[in-house]
Amino acid sequence: MTITFAREEIQQTIKMIHEENLDIRTITMGISLLDCGSDNIAGIEKKIYEKITKNAERLVKVGEQISVRYGIPIINKRVSVTPIAVAAARANTEEMVRIAKVLDRAAREVGVNFIGGFSALVQKGFTAGDLALINAIPQALSETEFVCASVNIGTTKAGINMDAVLKMGHVILKCAQLTADKDGIAAAKLVVFCNAPEDNPFMAGAFHGVGEPECVINVGVSGPGVVAKVVKEFPQADFSELSNLIKQTAFKITRMGELIGRAASKALNVPFGIVDLSLAPTPAIGDSVAEILENMGLERCGTHGTTAALALLNDAVKKGGAMASSHVGGLSGAFIPVSEDAGMIKAVEVGALTLDKLEAMTCVCSVGLDMIALPGDVSAETIAAIIADEAAIGMINKKTTAARLIPAIGKKAGDRVEYGGLLGGAPVMEIHPFSSKMFVNRGGRIPAPITSLTN
Amino acid sequence: MTLSLEESNRAIITVLGRDHTGIIAWVSGRLAEYHVNILDISQTIVDEFFTMIMVVDLKPSLIGLADLARTLEQEGTDKGLQVKAQHEDIFTFMHRI
Repeated sequence: MTITFAREEIQQTIKMIHEENLDIRTITMGISLLDCGSDNIAGIEKKIYEKITKNAERLVKVGEQISVRYGIPIINKRVSVTPIAVAAARANTEEMVRIAKVLDRAAREVGVNFIGGFSALVQKGFTAGDLALINAIPQALSETEFVCASVNIGTTKAGINMDAVLKMGHVILKCAQLTADKDGIAAAKLVVFCNAPEDNPFMAGAFHGVGEPECVINVGVSGPGVVAKVVKEFPQADFSELSNLIKQTAFKITRMGELIGRAASKALNVPFGIVDLSLAPTPAIGDSVAEILENMGLERCGTHGTTAALALLNDAVKKGGAMASSHVGGLSGAFIPVSEDAGMIKAVEVGALTLDKLEAMTCVCSVGLDMIALPGDVSAETIAAIIADEAAIGMINKKTTAARLIPAIGKKAGDRVEYGGLLGGAPVMEIHPFSSKMFVNRGGRIPAPITSLTN
Repeated sequence: MTLSLEESNRAIITVLGRDHTGIIAWVSGRLAEYHVNILDISQTIVDEFFTMIMVVDLKPSLIGLADLARTLEQEGTDKGLQVKAQHEDIFTFMHRI
């Protein structure tokens, strides 16, 4: 047995973990609920509760053991399940709320901090179960703690279901109104997707797709701080060198995800699905995607050049990460959530970053308009129009886009909202005062683009 | 190096902190008590700052890696030292293909 450790490598790893906030953001166990059908709601509730608590019983404990063994923090342990609108397709709205509460109890029992999959896929139209679930979302999210919901309203192949978009405008507003005393927290647990991935480990949009196995472990890495540091260290690097530096760093970050994923899969005796390469920021100082962009030479994130900087970053992260893992999946790109990123918050506060610029940025990175606080007097139609814009970007560019919009009831642009914990806090953003009402009320579907005809 | 997680029992112990007498004696003493075998030690002092990297084998050990890591970290903190014990895979996986 040879001993081949380089001092520099050991020191670099330790520095990345302890000084630059490198961590594993989440180990997410996907659990299929397709076998939890029953002819009565009590039967469904019982089967769902038993299936989740049995499969995820050791998840948190194993996560903690692995964290100590390798000396790397694993921030979140989570569960995603089959979209409930599919798994409990016969439930009515009231029963959907009951199922959400069962998910919440199961999450509490196994000790995870979020459970995703209170979801529906309606890109081409609604089933009865889809409608029941969507109508249940406001009550379900305001009366549970851990449950996250998502609705896929468009795909490149199917186009955009504008009836669903408008419906989600109303649902988001209702979520915020029901939890107005907590700055609309229910809306922070709800994502509207175009091209939703079926193996995403990140909340609030995680669900366990119907093409997934019985049970699977997916891992989401983090590490904006590590990338920000390396970009800062080389102010003279040209763009080719800069891209290479980010690639090398992304490789190392992703290797950690691969290692932890394999270890968790082995310990839990559950297949390893994917590593999600996303750079996921947190409100902690030095753990910011905005800071990476600013270290590239922008005075403030959001100014001219930001989209180009983000495009370079996102591409380099994928190139470096792809080689580090046997299976890459989920969202895999840089996240730009406003409230979860100290640099983004600062950029909004000084007027450098606007909603329109964020929308442009979502053309070149993963996800979309994430954790955006909107003025409390925003209309459901305006929310729907913002979702439609974001979905159009995803549909045309064959990528995932999402909107997690939080109307801040009783507040106006410039006021602050606080969600606490990983969700952070944010200034309320300015929106256009002009109406989109007639447009979003036309109804029907926006047809799939010509580029979807690939067969 | 293979990419499979083979059952290696080796760990890397790193000790960082202000230099004082008896640091190595303390760490190696504790390791001996637990029957942890030291395979390699490298140690330097830069500006009175003590840095030690130790490769150890836990195969004969009476204690698991997780418990060893917790114990050394706690006792290290009392002595003003930052002590980590981590499985070797985290270092090989990050830097080597």
